[in-house]
Amino acid sequence: MDDAAVEDPPVEAPPPPRPLRRIAYRHRLPTRIWHWINAITVFVMLMSGLMILNAHPRLYWGHYGANFDHAWISFGSRPFPGWATIPSGYNLAAARIWHFAFAWVLVIGLIAFLVTSLWNRHVQKDLAPTREDLAPSHIWHDIKAHARLNFPTGDAALRYNVLQKISYVAVIFVFLPLMILTGLAMSPSMDAAWPWLIDVFGGRQSARSLHFVVAALMLGFIIVHLVMVVLAGPINEIWSMISGRFRVPPERSSP
Amino acid sequence: MISRRRFIASGTSGLLLAGCDKLDRNENFKGVLRSAEGLTMRSQRLIGGRDALAREFSEADLSPIFRSNGTARPDTPEYARHQAEQFANWRLAVDGLVAHPLSIPIAALRALPSRTQITRHDCVEGWSAIGKWHGVQLSRILEAAGLSTRAKYIVFHCADRFGPWPYYESIDLVDAFHPQTILAWGLNGHLLPVPNGAPLRLRIERQLGYKHAKYIQRIQAVASLSDVYRGKGGFWEDSTDYQWYAGI
Repeated sequence: MDDAAVEDPPVEAPPPPRPLRRIAYRHRLPTRIWHWINAITVFVMLMSGLMILNAHPRLYWGHYGANFDHAWISFGSRPFPGWATIPSGYNLAAARIWHFAFAWVLVIGLIAFLVTSLWNRHVQKDLAPTREDLAPSHIWHDIKAHARLNFPTGDAALRYNVLQKISYVAVIFVFLPLMILTGLAMSPSMDAAWPWLIDVFGGRQSARSLHFVVAALMLGFIIVHLVMVVLAGPINEIWSMISGRFRVPPERSSP
Repeated sequence: MISRRRFIASGTSGLLLAGCDKLDRNENFKGVLRSAEGLTMRSQRLIGGRDALAREFSEADLSPIFRSNGTARPDTPEYARHQAEQFANWRLAVDGLVAHPLSIPIAALRALPSRTQITRHDCVEGWSAIGKWHGVQLSRILEAAGLSTRAKYIVFHCADRFGPWPYYESIDLVDAFHPQTILAWGLNGHLLPVPNGAPLRLRIERQLGYKHAKYIQRIQAVASLSDVYRGKGGFWEDSTDYQWYAGI
C-alpha cells in the first residue's frame, strides 16, 4: 500500500483546451447588400401587394374571373388590416405606385445577384447541393438535427446545410422568378408583348392566383428564416450578415 | 397586461408602418416611386414594339356575364334624354389639332367598316372579363379628321360626371393608331348596354380598364395634357393618383 504513495500520483485527464474564439468570413459583400435590399423590398412588395388584393379579394383559375365567376378562394371585403398593408389606409393607387417601383428593385437586384454569384461561383460552390447532400439518409439526418435544434458547429457551421441550400435555391431560382413572371403575366401590355406568359400560367387569373400562392410561400420562408436566426443566435447571425464575419460556434464533442 | 415581447413587436411594426405612411405622404419620395411609371412604359414599349397585339380569344372563352364597373349610368338629364331616344341623336365630335373637325352621328359610326375582337378586359382592381367588341378603328376616324403633326395625345371626353368633374381619359398616338384600338358600339353581338358605356366607348386592349373611356361624346387631339382639366390625363389620374400609363 505504501508503495503506491511513492509512485507518481495518478494522471488526471488533461483539461479540455478552451475553444478558441474563431471568427470566419462567411458572407461576401454582394450577398450582404442583396440580402438587406431584399429585406426591405420583399416586405414592401408583400404589404403593398396585400393592399392591391384588398381591392378585389377573390382569386380565380383561367383567363377570366370576376364577381359572377367561381372563385377558388374569397376573402371578405377589404380583408387585410392596416398593419399588414402599405399604405395602412385603403388606397389602391398608392399601393400600386409602391408595388411597381419596388418591383424594379426586386428584378434588378435578382439579376445583379445572379450574375455576380454565378461569376464569383457563390452559386456553384455554396448554394448548389452536392450529390452527398441530396442522399435521402443525409437529408433525413439534417431534418432530425433541425427538429432537435442541433445546429452545426465548427467548420460545418460555415457551410450551408442541405435544408438551407434547398430553401435558398428554391427562393432564388423558383419563388422569386415565379413572383416576377406571374406579376408580368397580369400586365395586359406584357401579355401582348410576350403571349407565352399567359400560356405558361394558363391565363391571367391563374397567374394572379399563383402570384398570391407563391407570395404566401415567400412569407412562409421569411417566417422560418427569422425563427432560425433567432434560434441560432440572432446577434451573431445578424452581425455576420452586416459585416460578413461570423463567430464560429465551437465544435461539440461527439456523444 | 400586455407582455413585453408583444409590446416591442407591436411597437416595432407600428413604427415601421408609421414610417411607410409618412413616406407615402412625402411628395419627394413619392415622386421617386412615380418615376418608375415612365421606366415601365418605355420598357414595355421596347419589349413589345408599337404593334404587339393583345390576345384575341374564341367564342368559347367569353365570360358568361361581362360585369361593368365605374359609372353604371350617367346621372344627367341630357344622358337620360339620349337614352330615351335610344341614342338616335348621339354624335361624336372630333376636334382640337385636326384639319377637319367632325361631328359624326352614331348611326354613321356604326355604318363604317367595323372590327370585331374577343379580348380580355383587365380591371385595375384585379378581375378580368372576356367580351366580344364591335367598333370602328380609332385610326380611321383620326385619318378622316386629318390629325395635325403637332398632336401628341388623344383625349376622350365622356358624358358621366363625378361631382363637378366629367370623366375623361387620354392616350398617346402609339396606342391611338394601334390596330386593336377601337371606338366600340357593340358588345357580344348587341348594341352596347348602358353600364358598359352606351352608345360609344373606347377599347385600348393593352391597358387597364379605367383607360377604356365610356359614354364618349368628344375626341380632342392635343399637344399636351397639362391644360386638360387638372392636367394628369384622366379623371382617376387627376383625382386619386392612378398612373396615366396603365399597361401593368
